[in-house]
Amino acid sequence: MQLALFSIFSLLMLAFALGVILLRNPVSCAMSLVMSFVALAAVFVTLDAYFIAVVQVLVYAGAVMVLFLFIIMLLDLREEKRRRVRLSAWVGGGIVVGGFLSALTQVISALPALDVVKPAVSHPMANDVALVGFALFRNFNLPFQIIGVLLLVATVGVVLLSKKELK
Amino acid sequence: MPTLAHYLIVSGLLFAIGLGGVLLRRNILIIFMGLELMLNAANLSLVAFSRFNLLADGMPNYNGQVLVFFIITVAAAEVAVGLAIIVALFRAKQTTHVEDLNTLKF
Repeated sequence: MQLALFSIFSLLMLAFALGVILLRNPVSCAMSLVMSFVALAAVFVTLDAYFIAVVQVLVYAGAVMVLFLFIIMLLDLREEKRRRVRLSAWVGGGIVVGGFLSALTQVISALPALDVVKPAVSHPMANDVALVGFALFRNFNLPFQIIGVLLLVATVGVVLLSKKELK
Repeated sequence: MPTLAHYLIVSGLLFAIGLGGVLLRRNILIIFMGLELMLNAANLSLVAFSRFNLLADGMPNYNGQVLVFFIITVAAAEVAVGLAIIVALFRAKQTTHVEDLNTLKF
């Protein structure tokens, strides 16, 4: 049952991710990316990471992709006209991606814990959000504050970048 | 039951698709979407490792999930700044096609 759910959602995720890089229209690419993120959230649920799954849908599929769509509409991007297909780019890209995949297969097949079945958690109904919150605010309080500063800096930077003329 | 290898393979495939998008597409916005895919692939393997390496009390290792939380936050900030840069670029050059942006090319 779990394997079926995992397979369905990971196949959906990979198919929509392929759609992102194969479709011509930027809006279709963005919608495909949204679906890929939602399917990834479902894969997170099969890993009992409910909080991360919710954040994935809220932040990625919600906020980030709305921003993407907003910019696509703002720039009024049309469907790409078929530019000449550059053979060198495709050959180079194929070599890099193929090399990465073969290196990855080697690493994964050499893993000692290759077929470890998922161990059962001791409290399957535990409050996932509370546990992540404990880890976040007890062990990672300083990084949490720093990430807040990072968000502030990003906000100020975006406002500065978006000004019509920089003085 | 899916094993750790299943999750790592799916994560690697997702990363490869994102990398392919970054290398092959010419539209700067689609390149940016490829970057997002790669970040998500990293998140997937982190959550998988956190779930498969239980702590002594039998609960998942939540440090991995906190790291994923940080990655999502940084990715959101990165998207905001990157899209602002793309808009500024579009204002200056009227294009999002990377082959038309060759001012710095040697």
